[in-house]
Amino acid sequence: MYMFKYVLKRLCLMLICFAVIMVMCFVLIKMLPIVVEGGASVDKNKFYFELEARRYIQNLQYDGSGNVIAFDNVPVLEQLGLYLKRIFMDGDFGIGMKISEYRNKPVWDAFVSRLPPTVLINVYSSVIGVPIGLGLGILAALKKNTWIDHVISTGVIVLISVPSIVYALLILYVLCFKWQLFPLRMDAGTDYLSWSMFKSMMPATLSLCLGSIAGYARFTRAELTEVLTSEFMLLARTKGLTRGQATVRHALRNSMVPIFPSILSEFVAVLSGSLIIEQMFSIPGVGRLYLDSINYMDYDFFMLLSGFYCLVGLAAGIIVDISYGFIDPRIRMGAR
Amino acid sequence: MENIKDIPQEKFTFVGDKNLSHDVKLETKPRSYLRDAFGRFCKNKGSVVAACIIIILVLFAIITPWCTQYKVSDEDVNFGFTKPKLHLFENTNFWDGCTEKTESYQNYVYYYAIGNELIGTASESSAHFVIKNQEYTITENNLYKYRLDSYHTTGTIYKQIDSKTYQLLQQYQNETNRQVLYPTLRLKDRPTTIQDSNNANYYYQTKMVSGKTVPVLDENGNVIPAYWTVVDGEQPDNYNSIRIEGENGFQQDGNTYFYVYGRPVSGGDYEVRINYYEYYIFYHSYVLKDGITEPYFPFGATDSGKDILTCLASGARFSFIFAISIALVNMFIGAIWGAVAGYYGGAIDLTMERITDILSAIPMMIVITLLKYHMKESSQTLIMFLAFIATGWIGMASTVRMQFYRFKNQEYVLASRTLGAKDFRVMFKHIFPNSLGTLVTSCALVIPSMIFSETSLSYLGIINLESGNITSVGTLIAAGQPFLTTYPHIVAFPSVFLALLMLSFNLFGNGLRDAFNPTLRGAEG
Repeated sequence: MYMFKYVLKRLCLMLICFAVIMVMCFVLIKMLPIVVEGGASVDKNKFYFELEARRYIQNLQYDGSGNVIAFDNVPVLEQLGLYLKRIFMDGDFGIGMKISEYRNKPVWDAFVSRLPPTVLINVYSSVIGVPIGLGLGILAALKKNTWIDHVISTGVIVLISVPSIVYALLILYVLCFKWQLFPLRMDAGTDYLSWSMFKSMMPATLSLCLGSIAGYARFTRAELTEVLTSEFMLLARTKGLTRGQATVRHALRNSMVPIFPSILSEFVAVLSGSLIIEQMFSIPGVGRLYLDSINYMDYDFFMLLSGFYCLVGLAAGIIVDISYGFIDPRIRMGAR
Repeated sequence: MENIKDIPQEKFTFVGDKNLSHDVKLETKPRSYLRDAFGRFCKNKGSVVAACIIIILVLFAIITPWCTQYKVSDEDVNFGFTKPKLHLFENTNFWDGCTEKTESYQNYVYYYAIGNELIGTASESSAHFVIKNQEYTITENNLYKYRLDSYHTTGTIYKQIDSKTYQLLQQYQNETNRQVLYPTLRLKDRPTTIQDSNNANYYYQTKMVSGKTVPVLDENGNVIPAYWTVVDGEQPDNYNSIRIEGENGFQQDGNTYFYVYGRPVSGGDYEVRINYYEYYIFYHSYVLKDGITEPYFPFGATDSGKDILTCLASGARFSFIFAISIALVNMFIGAIWGAVAGYYGGAIDLTMERITDILSAIPMMIVITLLKYHMKESSQTLIMFLAFIATGWIGMASTVRMQFYRFKNQEYVLASRTLGAKDFRVMFKHIFPNSLGTLVTSCALVIPSMIFSETSLSYLGIINLESGNITSVGTLIAAGQPFLTTYPHIVAFPSVFLALLMLSFNLFGNGLRDAFNPTLRGAEG
């Protein structure tokens, strides 16, 4: 029961934290001036009417030819109330204003349509990265202080330190351009599960998973070496278990205790992806959308995606904390 | 034992003479905390090497901007995409500013002709050949293999100059005996296509073959010059300087002919055909006098012709100064916040912790975007500075807070309080010095992450630091990425620099962390 209470408490704290951040964000965004841009071909009045319909602005004033020239802002708190009401009643997160592709369309639909590439690339990266990372870590720990360990450890340090920008560029140049193993850009279209699409996603996936391979290898090696030197391993050997049996049944399971939560959180973080990788490999994912919304100052997109990224970050953190309690019997969360 | 009663008096001595004192002065030198840490640090070979590399990189960033002839703002489109070249390797096929090309005769002869015009002129001595040394080999399938010198691919260009500059150019030519001006062509003799009609490298007769300009060749496969020739006495160009070889008023049909070097255009200006490389030297050393002697880009040039070496060093210097100043400000704020939270504890601590909880959950991207929106007029550097400070101090604060919890109930602190020391004195005189070691370590670890965030933000284009004489490594990488496949050297140098920097800072930081951890004393055996 204390466990349930603890989880509930953490979830509530998370929601409060999230709410505070988002309200701050909303107020700061709404304090900015509303600028409707676009060339002569764009009917600006349409946007103003749309904004008025959402009560972002009020008291429109027109010039002689019926164009909007001035308006008043609605009080921010009233806007916040309406914004929340629309979200919870209609699932309406607002409309795109500046990004030409999504102008005057619901931001939620745009967001959902951008999700699959991001999620797929991250899923591929996790599916490739986690087993290889764990495997390398286990190998390095078992062969500690041999050349295998040295090679793996050096590679891990290099991969962890060198920023992803650099090795993404290297992958782009060597694999995609020099050896032409993969296309330079991701395929267009929405046929995300086809073979050619998979192939064109590979460079980005590789760039993403190199970092996580290094991270898991280092983590696993550290944990496993610590467990391997503990006394219960000696006991297990004296009981008559072979080295393999002792390693698999006692050492591995125990070393997984701190590693497993981070794997779990990785599968939450799958949603968010990496802005740099998406930018570099021109992946039409959520990250690119976020960058566009920042560069074009599209407020509704920015609010939705900021909330999304913030929530993913908070949830990943909480899952790590809570799963410790479930996985490791030695930890009793919230017990006094 | 039996004669214990009558021991001779002379056998007795004074105890004091024997120096039985137990307070022997220690023979070994005392090891201070710092000395201990330094010793432990030196044992870690990787960290020492990393520290050396960091020192080299920092020196590179500090010294290079003063040594190079360029500034960050110097750019010249005609030298865009210039390949890296070191004088040291000039005669090898490595790092010599050249690209290896294997092409058909048509493409080859274009570059060959540019260099061929220089043969016999004053410029030949300084080897202005587009094809390195005019050397080529013919491959099996009749292709021409040669090394293309990216410094000279511009060749000659048409340029309109006023008559004063025209005279100055001739004066320069006479003084230095370096030829800048070359004979020009009549408008009707120039190539007819729009894209080639202004290309001054077609100084010879050309024809159109399927929409492309190709040279007319004589029986030896050489181009036939199509210079503008006039009879002596009819020169329109007012030219009185060195002329190209074999053209000093040559005789034909009983008349003396001259090549024309400047085509008069409206307003008394002249349109001249100049060798751009030589003109560059003339312009910088004779007109601007800005210290640039000749085009020389050790790390190559960007698409707009900026010197990568200068940009990289200046960007690195900016990054270092920026990261260190942010780390110091964060340390200051973090120290005060952590000290107050850790020392007073209770409700104050709880409130402050909740505030940091919320602050630390805000993604960096949101902070920087909101700041960017609200401070449009401010400089981007200031925006980034504030954004990094806004959440950056939290880590430092929690370090300090932890140390305060550890030390605030120690006896010496209690003694100090009993003697009437004020809170402030106890906090910063007695407890804070204990947390300095960990604080400095975390400071060293924060610097590379700061440089990394700065690089990613400028790469993503959220922050654009490039203005005036400021640039950053991320800006350089972002600017070079579109040309990754054609001109990889633009991103290569900044990337290598960044990779080296991050790698050595990580190794160095790990070594420093171990060094400042006294529990590891003697652990390495």
